[in-house]
Amino acid sequence: MLTLDGLHIRQGSFELKADLSIGQGRKVAVIGPSGAGKSTLLGALGGFVDIVAGRMICAGEDMAKAPPGARPIAMLFQDNNMFPHLTIRQNVGLGLRSNLRLSAKDEQQVQTAIDRVGLSGLEGRRPAALSGGQQSRAALARVLVQNKPLLLLDEPFAALGPALRQEMLDLVKDLVAETGATLLMVTHAPEDVARIADDVVFVDEGRAQAPVPAAELMANPPPALRAYLGS
Amino acid sequence: MRRTLIAAGIALATQAGADTPVLTVYAGDYFTSEWGPGPIIETEFEKLCECDLQWSTGDLLPRLLLEGERTKADVVIGLTSDVTARARATELFTVHGQDNSALTLPIDWTDDTFLPFNYGHTAFIYNETTMDAPPASFDALLEMPDDVKIVIQDPRTSISGLALVLWVQAVYGERSADVWAKLAPKILTVTKDWSASYGLFTDGEADMVLSYTTSPAYHMFAEEDFTKKAAIFPEGHYFMVETVGKIAATDQPELADKFMAYVMSRDFQAMIPTANWSLPSALPQSDWPEGWSELPLPEKVLFYSETEAAALQAEAIETWRNALSQ
Amino acid sequence: MAQRAQPISGSAGAVAGSFVIAAVLAAFVGIALRAEPGAGLGPAEWQAVRFTVVQAALSALISVLLAVPLARALARRQMPGRRMLITLLGAPFILPVIVAVLGLLAIFGRNGWVNLALDALGLPTVSIYGLHGVVLAHVFFNLPLATRLLLQGWQSIPAERFRLAAQLDLPPWMVFRSLEMPMLLRILPGAAALIFVICLTSFAVALTLGGGPRATTIELAIYQAFRFDFDLAKAAWLSVVQLVLAGGAAGIALWMIPQIPLTGGLDRPVRRWDAKGGGQRVLDVLAILLGSAFLLLPLVSVALSGLAGLEAVPASVWRSAGVSLWVAGLSVCVLLILALPLAGWIATRARGSVEAIGLLGLSASPLMIGTGWFILINPIADPVSLSLPVTAVVNALMALPFALRILVPVLRETLDSQGRLCLTLGMQGWAAWVWVLLPRARPQIGFAAGLTGALSVGDLGVIALFADPDRTTLPLQMYRLMGAYQTEAAAGAALILLSMALAIFWLCDKGGRYSAHA
Repeated sequence: MLTLDGLHIRQGSFELKADLSIGQGRKVAVIGPSGAGKSTLLGALGGFVDIVAGRMICAGEDMAKAPPGARPIAMLFQDNNMFPHLTIRQNVGLGLRSNLRLSAKDEQQVQTAIDRVGLSGLEGRRPAALSGGQQSRAALARVLVQNKPLLLLDEPFAALGPALRQEMLDLVKDLVAETGATLLMVTHAPEDVARIADDVVFVDEGRAQAPVPAAELMANPPPALRAYLGS
Repeated sequence: MRRTLIAAGIALATQAGADTPVLTVYAGDYFTSEWGPGPIIETEFEKLCECDLQWSTGDLLPRLLLEGERTKADVVIGLTSDVTARARATELFTVHGQDNSALTLPIDWTDDTFLPFNYGHTAFIYNETTMDAPPASFDALLEMPDDVKIVIQDPRTSISGLALVLWVQAVYGERSADVWAKLAPKILTVTKDWSASYGLFTDGEADMVLSYTTSPAYHMFAEEDFTKKAAIFPEGHYFMVETVGKIAATDQPELADKFMAYVMSRDFQAMIPTANWSLPSALPQSDWPEGWSELPLPEKVLFYSETEAAALQAEAIETWRNALSQ
Repeated sequence: MAQRAQPISGSAGAVAGSFVIAAVLAAFVGIALRAEPGAGLGPAEWQAVRFTVVQAALSALISVLLAVPLARALARRQMPGRRMLITLLGAPFILPVIVAVLGLLAIFGRNGWVNLALDALGLPTVSIYGLHGVVLAHVFFNLPLATRLLLQGWQSIPAERFRLAAQLDLPPWMVFRSLEMPMLLRILPGAAALIFVICLTSFAVALTLGGGPRATTIELAIYQAFRFDFDLAKAAWLSVVQLVLAGGAAGIALWMIPQIPLTGGLDRPVRRWDAKGGGQRVLDVLAILLGSAFLLLPLVSVALSGLAGLEAVPASVWRSAGVSLWVAGLSVCVLLILALPLAGWIATRARGSVEAIGLLGLSASPLMIGTGWFILINPIADPVSLSLPVTAVVNALMALPFALRILVPVLRETLDSQGRLCLTLGMQGWAAWVWVLLPRARPQIGFAAGLTGALSVGDLGVIALFADPDRTTLPLQMYRLMGAYQTEAAAGAALILLSMALAIFWLCDKGGRYSAHA
C-alpha cells in the first residue's frame, strides 16, 4: 500500500530518512522519543514537509511531490481539525466536496457519517458547542466521507482523558475495518499500541525503521525502544 | 470591453437628445447650484432658443487646458479677468460678437473675445454691530490695532485673493512690502477660497473679511440683515469682472451667438444682480433692481489690464508671500 | 528554502499590487505627457517641504505622547460606559476634514468655547491659526489612532506580570519601567511613523488653519501649481518629493508600524493591582476627562449647530448624500478587491515587504492621480462622466495601507492554524477564501470596510476639480452651501456628513462582527 523508497525528509536543520513498506489495511503505530521526528514523518507523508529525495509510493503512484490535497490521504492533526466558524455538517461536508456544493446524495452521505460516529442531532452546531470527544467524533466522520485509502493520525486524541481516548481508538479501529483503509498513527502510549496496532514503526536517531509486528516488538523491545519505554 | 461599453453609453445618451440641439456651457462649480444663477439662466434661455442648455462644472481654466481641442464646451461662462490671458492663449476662443459700447462698466472694455456679464469690486466687509470704528480709508485700515482680525484669500488659489494683491499694488506700488508687513499681524488666516473666508467671518471668527462691495446686498435683500457693510476707501477699489466666451470650434455656433446676445439682454442683466449677487455689466444704474442703487459703491475704480496684471502679478504675489511668511 | 505550501496563491495579490503600482505610475505618465519644462522648485516650494516635515513630525510626536497617559488610564480603569467611550474616542479619526475644522473652530476659535471661558476668567485668549493650529487639528485626528495602538499594547502585557509586580510590591515607577516601558518602546516608534506619514500628505487642514503662506504643505503647493500656475511640471516634481518623503519614511518605518486593532478586544480592562494610589487615580481621571473633552467637544458642537441648521437643509443635500453613499460603497468594493488578495499574498510570505505597495496610494497626491488620469482618459472618454468612479478608486488607494495593516495579521493567523487542514481537504484558492479566510476575517473586513467607507464619504478629493453638476458629493455640496452664504444649511449638511461617516463605520464594523465566530 505504502512504500517509502530512500525517502529523505528535511525540515530546517532536522533530517529524517525512511525505507519501509506497509501493507494494505495494516494498522501501524509510529512511536519514538520526543523530537525524534514522528510528526515530521507524518507531515511529510501528508505533504507539509519537504521530501528532498526518494520516492513515496502510495497506491502505485509516486506522491513525493504531489500537493497535499492530491494525495490519497486523510489526516488528523494534534489540533485545528475543525473550522471553528463552520457547522459540523459543513465541516464534514468539506471532506466530500472542497467547495461545499453538496448534492442531495452527498448530503445523505454526510448525514450517514455523522450518525455513524454517534453525533445525530448535533450536525447544526459549531465545534465550540461540542465536547472534546464529540469534536473528535466529528473529525472522524469527516475522515469517513473522505474515504481515502490511507489515514494519518498525528495524536488527534492527545488532549482527551484516557477513557475517552480509548473510546476514540476503538471507533477508529471500527472505521478502518469498515473502509479497509491503512492507518498510520503517532502515539506515546504503549497501551494504545496494544489496543489497536498490528505493526509498529520506531523512529529514532534520524531514521524511521521498518514495521515490526506489534506484539512481538512490545514483548521483546530492542535496547533503544526499551530506553524510550523506560520499563 | 470597458471602452466599448462607455462608448455605447455615450452614443445612447447622444441619441436620446438628438431632436433638440444641445448647448454645452462650462461654468464654475458654484454657478449651477440652486443658489447660483445657473438654474434661472437655463430656464430663461431654453425658452428663447428651443434648445437644451447643459451645464458642465469644474475648475474652468485647468479643465480647458487639460481638455484642449477635445473640449465639449460651446460657451464658457465665469472666466475672471485674472485668467483671461491664459484662456486667450489656448486659442480655443473666438470673438464674442457683441457691442462693447452697450456695456455700463466703470472702466473701458475693449476686449472682443471675453464679454463681461457682471462685476464688483474688492472690499473689506465688517459687521457694524461688533465694529464701532470701521476704517475710512486703506491707510486707516493699516493703522488699526493688531487685535482687529481680518481674513483673506490666497492669491495663488483665489481670484479675490489675487485681486487684493493687485489692489495693494495699485494703491501703494513700491510701498507694497511695507503695507503687507503692517497688515500681516492683523491677518487671522489665509484661506484657499472665498467661501471659507466668508464662513469664518459670519461665524464671528474674524472682524473683517476680504470680499466684494456687493456682499452686503445679499444680506440686505435675501436675509433683511442690514448690519454687514463694505468699508469704502477713497484710495479706490479693485475692479473684478466675470466674463463669458465663445469656443471657436463649437458645433452650435448659432446657439452660442444666441447665448451671447442673451447675456447682453435686459432680461439677463436685470436678473443677474439678485441671482449672482453682483452688479450687471450692461444696465444703467437707474434700471438696477430696487434698492441696489443705494448700495455704497467706490468713487474710484482701480484695474490692471490683462497684460499689465500679467507683468505685475508674480512679483506682487512674491511680495505678499514674503511679508506673510515672516 | 522552499516556501511552505499554502492554500492560496499570491497571483491574485500580485495582480492587485500591479494595479496599484500601475495606477500611480499611469498618473505620472499622464502628467509627464503634458508637462512643459517649468521653473522647477523655487524657494516657496522648498519652504512648503520644510513646513510639511516639521508639522508632520510635531503632530506625530505630540499625538503619541498625549496618547500615553490616555491609553494608560483607559487600560487600567474600570468604569461604566468604558467600552462606549473607547468607541467614541475613535471617531475623530474617521471624521471628514471639513466637518472637523468646523468643530475645532467652535471650540478653539476666537469665538470658541475655550476662548470664551478664558475671557470670562480674565485670562489672555489663544489663537488656533498657524503652525500650532495645524498641529492641533492633526493631533485631534490622530490621537485616537495612537491611543488605540497603545491600548492594544497595554493589553498585550500578560496579566500575570502585573500580578507578579503586585506580589513583589513594586512602586508605580518600577512597574512602569519594568513592564510598560518596554512595550512603549516597541509600539511608540511605529505609531509615530504611521501618523507622520498620514500628516505628510495633509491638505485641507492647512487650508483654513494654517494662518498664511508660511503654513503651506506640499499637497497644498501641488494644488496651487495645478490651479493657479497650471504648471504640471512643478506639480509633478512636488508629487515626486511627497512620494519620496512619505514613501521613504513609511518604507523605513514599515517593519515597526504596529497592527491596527479592532474595537472588539479592547473592552476588557487589564486587572491591575499597582494603581490603587490616590495620585495615580487622579492622574488617570484627569487624562480621561481632558482627552474626552478634547476629542468629543468638537463633535458635540458640530452636532449642536447642525441640529439648528437641519431645517435649512435643501433637498439637494440629501441627493448629494446619496451620491456620496454610492461613492463610498464603490470605494469599499474597490478596496476589498484590492486589499484582500494583496493581504492574502502578504500573509503567505514570511516578511511583508510587499506591503510597501499599499503605502504608495497614501503617499501619492490624490490631486496628481486625478489629474494624471484625466489626461489619460480624455482622448478616450469624457473624464467628467468618470469623475465619481475615479474618486472612489483614489479613496480606496488612500485607505489601502490601513486595510492591509488590519487584514494581514488575521489572514496570517488563519493560514497558520488552518492552512494544513485546508490542504488535506484539497481546499485551495477560491474554496479556501470562501469557506475559511473570508469567514474568519469577517470582523477585520468589516472594520477595514467601515474605515474606508467613512474616509471616502467625507473626502472632497479630486472631485472638486472636475465635478459633474448632477452628481455632487455631500462634502462638495457643503462647500457650495458655504459659498452661497448658506452658513446654517452648511452646518446642517456638516451634521449629516458627520452622521453618515460614523454610521457607515459603525454598520460595517458591527456587520463584520455580527455572527462572527471565534
